Amino acid sequence: MSADELWLVLAIAVLAAITVLARAFFMIPEREIPMPDWLRRGLKYAPLAALTAVIAPEILMTQGNLIGTLQDARLPAVLCATAYYFWRRGILGTIVVGMLVYLPLHVGLGW
Amino acid sequence: MSWLAVGAAVRHPSFRQGVNDMLGPAVGVGAWGLVTGVAMVKSGMSVPMALLMSLLVYAGSAQLAVIPLLAAGAPLWVVWLTAACVNLRFVIFSSMWRTYFQPLPLRQRLTIGYFSGDVIFVAFMKRFPEPRPGPGQVPYFWGAASVNWAAWQIPSIAGILLAHAIPLSWGLGFAGVLALLGILLSLLFDRATWLATGVAATAAIAAFALPLKLNILVAIAAAVAAGLMMEAVERRRRGVAPGHGDGAP
Repeated sequence: MSADELWLVLAIAVLAAITVLARAFFMIPEREIPMPDWLRRGLKYAPLAALTAVIAPEILMTQGNLIGTLQDARLPAVLCATAYYFWRRGILGTIVVGMLVYLPLHVGLGW
Repeated sequence: MSWLAVGAAVRHPSFRQGVNDMLGPAVGVGAWGLVTGVAMVKSGMSVPMALLMSLLVYAGSAQLAVIPLLAAGAPLWVVWLTAACVNLRFVIFSSMWRTYFQPLPLRQRLTIGYFSGDVIFVAFMKRFPEPRPGPGQVPYFWGAASVNWAAWQIPSIAGILLAHAIPLSWGLGFAGVLALLGILLSLLFDRATWLATGVAATAAIAAFALPLKLNILVAIAAAVAAGLMMEAVERRRRGVAPGHGDGAP
C-alpha cells in the first residue's frame, strides 16, 4: 500500500468513527443527563429545522447565491412536488412528480 | 445481538412497518447514494478506496463535504473537523434517541447510532411520538435502518463502479432533495411547525457563507427558538380565551 493510500485509509477510519460518535453521542453516557424542560420541548423542532436547512439552499441557491431567475427547473419541480404531496401524501409520488418536471426542464431546456 | 434475537426482530410486525415507512423515501436516498458514489470516483479516488469509504463512513452529507478536501490533499484535521461539524445535527438527534434506547446495552446503542440517518430519525419520531421506551421500537428501527442501508449502499456502489457512465449534469441528486422535501412536508401540521420551517430556511440561506456547514446549526437554533416562542404565544392566547386555541392535533 502506498503512503497516499495509507493516508486515505486513516482518513476514512476516523471519518467512520466520527459517524458513530456523532450519531450515538448522547446515548454513550450511562447516567441520566439533566436537560431543562424547555430544551426538551424545543428539540422537537430540530429534525424539521435540519431537513429545511439541508434542502433550502439546494432549492433556492446557486453557487452560494440566492437564485435571481424564475427560469430554474428546481422551482416548478418543487411547486409541483409540494402540490402532489398535499394531494396524495405519498413520498414516492412526490419524488416522481418532481423529477418528471425537473428533468425535461433541466436536461432539455438547460434551466 | 445473537442470530436468534435478529430472527425474532425480523419477524416482529414492527420490523415490517419500519420497512414500509422507508420504501418511498428510499428512492430519494438511492439517488443521493448514486450521486455520492459517482462524486467520489470523479474526484480522483480509486475504486477500492471509494468502496471502503462508502461502506465504512456511511454518511452522505459528510462524505460530500469532505470529498473535495480529500482530493485537494487538505490536512487531516480539516477533513475530520468538517465531517464532525456536518454531523452536528446527529448529536442533537442522539439526545432524542437516548430517551428510547438508553435501557439497551452500550454496544447496541452504538450500533443503532451508526445506522441511524436523518430519514430514519424522522420516520421513527412520527411513529413513536411519546418519548419513552416502548414495545416494537427496536424492530421498527431495524426495519427502517436495513432499507435505508440497502437503499444507500447499493446505488452508491453502483455509482462507484459505473462513475464514468453516469452524467452528474443531469442533476439526479435532486431526487434526494425531493425525498427530504416530502418528509419535511409530512412534519408540518400547525402554525408553530410552519413558522419554525420558514425561520430555518431563512437562517440556513442567510448563514450559508459560514464554513463547515455551520448554517445547519444556526438554522436549528433559530427554529427551536421560533417554535418555543410560537408555543408560548399560543399558550397565552388560550389562557385568555379558553377553548379558542387553534387546535393543533
